[in-house]
Amino acid sequence: MNLKKFIPSGRTLVIGIPYTWLALFFMAPFALVLKISFSEAEIAIPPYTDVFRYVDDTLSVVLNIGNYIFLTEDDLYIAAYWGSVKIAFFSTLFCLLLGYPMAYAMARADEKTRNILLLLVLLPSWTSFLIRIYAWIGILKNNGLINNLLMGMGIIDQPIIMLNTNFAVYIGIVYAYLPFMVLPLYANLIKMDISLVEAASDLGAPPWKTFLKITLPLSKGGVIAGSMLVFIPVVGEFVIPDLLGGPETLMIGKVLWQEFFNNRDWPIASALAIVMLALLSIPIAWFHRYQAKEMEGES
Amino acid sequence: MKKSIQHSLLTLTAACAIAASGQTLAEDKVLHVYNWSDYIAEDTVAKFEERTGIKVTYDVFDSNEVLEAKLLSGGTGFDIVVPSSSFMARQIQAGAYMELDRSKLSNWGNLNMPMMKSLEVYDPGNKHSIPYMWGTTGIGYNPEKVKAALGDNAPVDSWDLIFKPENLEKLTACGVAVLDAPTEMYPAALKYLNLDPNSLNKDDYKAATELLLTIRPHITYFHSSKYISDLANGDLCVAVGWSGDVLQAADRAEEAGNGVVVEYVIPKEGAGMWFDMLAIPADAKNVDEAHAFLNYLMEPEVIAEISNYVAYANGNSASTPLIDEEVTSNPGIYPTAEAEKNLYPFKVLPKEIDRMTTRGWTKVKSGM
Repeated sequence: MNLKKFIPSGRTLVIGIPYTWLALFFMAPFALVLKISFSEAEIAIPPYTDVFRYVDDTLSVVLNIGNYIFLTEDDLYIAAYWGSVKIAFFSTLFCLLLGYPMAYAMARADEKTRNILLLLVLLPSWTSFLIRIYAWIGILKNNGLINNLLMGMGIIDQPIIMLNTNFAVYIGIVYAYLPFMVLPLYANLIKMDISLVEAASDLGAPPWKTFLKITLPLSKGGVIAGSMLVFIPVVGEFVIPDLLGGPETLMIGKVLWQEFFNNRDWPIASALAIVMLALLSIPIAWFHRYQAKEMEGES
Repeated sequence: MKKSIQHSLLTLTAACAIAASGQTLAEDKVLHVYNWSDYIAEDTVAKFEERTGIKVTYDVFDSNEVLEAKLLSGGTGFDIVVPSSSFMARQIQAGAYMELDRSKLSNWGNLNMPMMKSLEVYDPGNKHSIPYMWGTTGIGYNPEKVKAALGDNAPVDSWDLIFKPENLEKLTACGVAVLDAPTEMYPAALKYLNLDPNSLNKDDYKAATELLLTIRPHITYFHSSKYISDLANGDLCVAVGWSGDVLQAADRAEEAGNGVVVEYVIPKEGAGMWFDMLAIPADAKNVDEAHAFLNYLMEPEVIAEISNYVAYANGNSASTPLIDEEVTSNPGIYPTAEAEKNLYPFKVLPKEIDRMTTRGWTKVKSGM
């Protein structure tokens, strides 16, 4: 008997690890959620019906697509998806506007300062995410830091209502996700060939033109990577809108929570999650194709 | 039904400390309790451990929904949980609890029998549960600020204070909070409209949604625990909240000596009455220990001490004479016979109604 056939080669083994990981922690849970999304809610443990039924040696599969139809019948879900995409889009934009100059300055700083700056970007994440968001409650609330300061200086006499508004949600998201924008941009900008910029200015281009014609196009990969890293998780964000947002903040994460906990309708909640994943896969696939093209171009 | 996250964290830390100290003897008897945050006297658990040698891991939650999600996924790992009665009824239907063994509960006779009878609506035959604490969902207010906004004749003893837009409008400036729980707010709105608070008629819920939409512009925020500290600090003048929580806010204000006075009232039209129940999950591993703990909590001295500490009435008749007069004479905790007539229970509603109230609530909150 040839045992060798059954022992995987080192190469297969190394490649196998990430695939096993994905299969265990992404595909398997996804399949479970997909299965639940085709069942019906019922009062039981677990609180949904079985999709696969095995009775008298016959396996019957009962797929209930009613959950997906239900999602299209109430405009709440579409509005919530739209609300999430809108908040994610503007947060990404603000992160880009703030993060680009930061990354640029870091990449152009001398080597010693650069490492300190890099550390400063990462330092806040040493504190728990939740505590940092709670800190914003203390800063933004009616008798919080900002309002007390402004009232103390006599600039305003009524507190400005900031907490529990979309404004607070934007602050929280941009604050929390900024490092995810800065780091890929920085990694991209630091690799950039400075001589191209020098050549442009030697040939008489003003700095703004050099930036628009040389630096920005060359950093496109970093901009896209950073934007994806911010946009995709923000669409499904739940904690920040829940803690900082108010009644007007309608996001899909919160609606999912309500379906799961308040309505105890796991099937609808699962259908909602599946649709969200499907929608998110569009920008992810696009990003992937862009990356593949980029790699081809480089080699 | 209660409590802020800060408290959960504090209690959790304490629970961890207790758990850690109990790790040394592997074959120790253990018990895992899952209760509402800040809902037991300081030494109740310690005294039980001392007496029985059972090591208790005490963990806390702050919403019925979270507890239910755990129970329905199966394998909670807890031996005692404390659901509210209307949630528990559905969980019993799902088979989440085991039947109690009355032979191990020698203190059963101390319970409030008329109350046990009315609890059969949720748990037929009282087979799965015993009452822990009960309370009402009413109005907490700051008398001074309400008077300043609405004059001396402010209707503080009526839901008019909340559900009349012309009243609420004037209170917005000093802060208005309501519970972020459709299961609490819809029955109140229905009762105010003279409809059945547990109505099964969808049109009634439409009318309630309309009513809630008219007061929505004047509500500062929707939240189920934040109002405790805000009432105590004087940041709110009115809040629809749970009796014990409002009374806790009153205590905190008094301790802080900030001149803020907080009062709780059961509106004359009536208020929702809820019960938090003790039950043993069907898959509990330490069943004997769980029964021992239930029996311990049915001792009049033990439960009286808890009532004194948390400012909620309990379901144990024998304990009533042992409770501080300050607590028993408070009509917010022990309603007068007059007020008791108008209290209504929270019933289990069919899923369509649940969905309708959740959806209506989203509309009220977001205008969507």
